[in-house]
Amino acid sequence: MRIIVVFAIGIIFGLGITISGMINPAKVLNFFDIAGSWDPSLLFVMFAAMFTAMAGYKLVFLRKRPLFDTKFRLPEAKTIDRRLIGGSALFGVGWGIAGFCPGGAVPALGTGRTEAIVFFAALVIGIIFARTLQNFIFRPATT
Amino acid sequence: MTEFSPFSATLGGILIGISVVLLMFSIGRVAGMTGIVAGIIPPLPEDWKWRASFLAGAVIAPILYVAISGQTVDLTVPVSHGALVAGGLLVGVGVTFGSGCTSGHGVCGIARLSKRSIVATGVFMISTFVTVFLVRHVLSF
Repeated sequence: MRIIVVFAIGIIFGLGITISGMINPAKVLNFFDIAGSWDPSLLFVMFAAMFTAMAGYKLVFLRKRPLFDTKFRLPEAKTIDRRLIGGSALFGVGWGIAGFCPGGAVPALGTGRTEAIVFFAALVIGIIFARTLQNFIFRPATT
Repeated sequence: MTEFSPFSATLGGILIGISVVLLMFSIGRVAGMTGIVAGIIPPLPEDWKWRASFLAGAVIAPILYVAISGQTVDLTVPVSHGALVAGGLLVGVGVTFGSGCTSGHGVCGIARLSKRSIVATGVFMISTFVTVFLVRHVLSF
């Protein structure tokens, strides 16, 4: 049951990405190109998603627990450290170069386009590489 | 050129928000694509199944959209395969160290008013603006 519900929730997410145009790297990159072919759509997507989530979370957190679990599992890290800032800065560089972010790239896989598959493969390799770095060079991940 | 589409952008954004809320309501999880993708890469955590299920739904969505609406999905990639590989690697490393991306920090985190997410989102948005400016107007790719 739980798995089917989450599958449906994934479909809603993917439909949102598709309908909003955020599946399209050209549209995403144009948002960041104020000096060129600016397309403000991404801002509308983010604010609409953010406000919907904010209002919905308020209602959800009135409950003591989620429907299919014993508690809400929220990220516990609180500190703003170099890892958070450096990682986010690096993510922005990659996003600006490729035009895909993880949330856009996953639904894009469904179109079967080679570009989405190439990006996604590189994304997975990047995640594995960073994990390895975290495990062997830095202290174990705290987040 | 892509056309500014405030209506479909807002509608799509609301759907993303609804999905985020429903995931918290049903299984109590944050809908961050970074964590969800990372959670199906071995070594698998014990709760990888819901992540695989969410991903399957997200991947099928554009196929359903085309089947139901009869419309096509605009997807133009204005960069080379080399840029996709370089960008993908950087995004993978960045979101792992930064513990999240546009969905996790930008939508879920900000919706809970997490200070870390607000900072992370500010940093990656600025970084993306600067990168696109450099790539398009300084290096002129």
